[in-house]
Amino acid sequence: MIKEEISKEKLLWMYETMVKIRVHEEVAAELFAENKIPGFVHLYVGEEAVATGVMANLEKEDFVSSTHRGHGHYIAKGGDIKTSMAELFGRTTGCCKGKGGSMHIVDLDIGELGANGMVGGGIPHAAGAALGMKLNGLDNVAVAFFGDGASNQQNFHEGINLATVWNLPVVFVCENNGYQISLPYSKQQIINSVAERGKSYGIPAVSIDGQDVMAVYEVAKEAIKRAKNGEGPSLIEAKTYRFRGHFEGDPVVYRTKKESEWWKENKDPIVNFKKFLLEKNILSEDDCALIQKKEEEEVKEAVKFAESSPWPKKEDIVKDVFSTSTKGVLVWEW
Amino acid sequence: MGMVREITFSQAINEALDYKLSTDKKVIMIGEDIGKFGGCFGVSAGLFDKYGSERIYDAPIAESGQIGIAIGAAASGLLRPIFELMFVDFFGVCMDQIYNQAAKMRYMFGGKAKIAMVIRAAGGAGGSAAGQHSQLLHSIFAHLPGLKVVVPSTPFDAKGLLISSIEDDDPVVFIEHKGLYAVKGPVPEDPQRIPLGVADVKKEGKDVTIVATAAMVYKSLEVAAKLDKEGISVEVIDPRSIVPLDENTIVNSIKKTGRLVVVDEDYPRASFATDIATLSVAKCFKELKSPVKLVTPPSTPIPFSPMLEKEWIPSVEKIEKAVREII
Repeated sequence: MIKEEISKEKLLWMYETMVKIRVHEEVAAELFAENKIPGFVHLYVGEEAVATGVMANLEKEDFVSSTHRGHGHYIAKGGDIKTSMAELFGRTTGCCKGKGGSMHIVDLDIGELGANGMVGGGIPHAAGAALGMKLNGLDNVAVAFFGDGASNQQNFHEGINLATVWNLPVVFVCENNGYQISLPYSKQQIINSVAERGKSYGIPAVSIDGQDVMAVYEVAKEAIKRAKNGEGPSLIEAKTYRFRGHFEGDPVVYRTKKESEWWKENKDPIVNFKKFLLEKNILSEDDCALIQKKEEEEVKEAVKFAESSPWPKKEDIVKDVFSTSTKGVLVWEW
Repeated sequence: MGMVREITFSQAINEALDYKLSTDKKVIMIGEDIGKFGGCFGVSAGLFDKYGSERIYDAPIAESGQIGIAIGAAASGLLRPIFELMFVDFFGVCMDQIYNQAAKMRYMFGGKAKIAMVIRAAGGAGGSAAGQHSQLLHSIFAHLPGLKVVVPSTPFDAKGLLISSIEDDDPVVFIEHKGLYAVKGPVPEDPQRIPLGVADVKKEGKDVTIVATAAMVYKSLEVAAKLDKEGISVEVIDPRSIVPLDENTIVNSIKKTGRLVVVDEDYPRASFATDIATLSVAKCFKELKSPVKLVTPPSTPIPFSPMLEKEWIPSVEKIEKAVREII
């Protein structure tokens, strides 16, 4: 499984990050059910290994573009869950001051280009950040996260093609969770893997078990190294599964309970990684319990912060539309 | 002041691009056939030879990907891209990146993103290019919050407004009327900036206000010159930018003349023309002495045949008739 030694510190970070995402999402589900979080919420439960395995290779200065299912990317990239939780609640202390919500959580200061409500919309954004890095002579990389549904969209094809012809330091990571909302992958494409499309762009592409955080880590490491060496983009398909519905409130009529139970029982990325860490004596059961408790506390703190935060003010509606003020009327109100 | 040399609208834009490319390393260009070919209309001629493939990205036909890359480059703060949309009509294949991404990012991210980019696009009828290569479409961009929209009419304005647009930290849609590319006018060699949101009174008058954009400015001035001889004094205002809009200059002029004709080449419904007409009613109702007249094309696609297209585009005759009807 491990091709090279990974520091204990990194393994620990990976486990903690996955647990943090899981706890965050399960709490978010409860809060949504209690009508405390408005709007659409798409949770990352079951897919934690993908964001974590990739992000374990990244630095703060590297950029990632995310999706509508973006909490995991934000957390793994180092986002502050207090401000993202406040954003989910629509409060003024939120990372978007209550103007974006779950589908737009962002932190540009840590290289998080934002969750994105449009499927595939963020794919070229990562390539754009990569172009910026290249022209500024930076030794950094950008990663675009997207789902299987997005791999049918123009931004996937155009973004990857442009990134290859311009040889940009970017890695494209497809989180193939098997369903485009309800449409199974087998009815989206007649090929067996999104990675098969890499060949048509002339780039390395590989399909891996997205539930195995070490496998994700290893393959992302290789792709990032290529990108930084000036060898251009790579495509990674991480086969994964969302344990919950497409959105909170999804009746999930399009897949069998048997299928999702099988994934939960056999392919839970946190359970399997924990087993591995226990076997290798990297962590003990007590350590794991402590980590669980720590993350629960942190999420609880975030919820407390969010709930006690003020709502935005009415006058905030017309703020933040533009950066550069001008003469004349910019934001129209009759 | 000495004589200012005359150059074309196209050369004026080229000079603005050249100036910003030479003075700001963050400025790059992305677009189709903007390399050796110099752009479909030759506007970027010479820039590829001067700045090379690291600054001028000659792109495959993938407008959504190109704009998306420009957005990512801008959002990361690492570049200030200028994207050339060959014809503004092509916005249909990349509108999501324009209005759902570039336009809204700053707001949806709570004011934390700066999307410093310009979308240059050629527009306008008159070349028998039919329905998919002749539109101007500034109204549709002005409709969507988060975009600045510039529609220059003169070479002088084009250069000064483009420099300001490139230096602006917001996404600016800069629409260049194809019929104006060859028009010559005085343009200073210095990089003089023209601020967005400042209308230009192209001709002062006291009886009627014409608000006109792009190629319609010239036709309106022709009408104004003709009517002047009959003692009908027409004021011609070019807002130059639709967003931001210099409301004061327009409102003050309407209050002064009491009469308004809006002349615009974009479609008539839910449009720039109706927007200005509404403004006059909302803010100058008491001063208006007659009905507001709109001179626009009909709400049809743009026909191909020169005979039909000529009829479709607002003409000098139609503008003159509109003014006479309210005098």
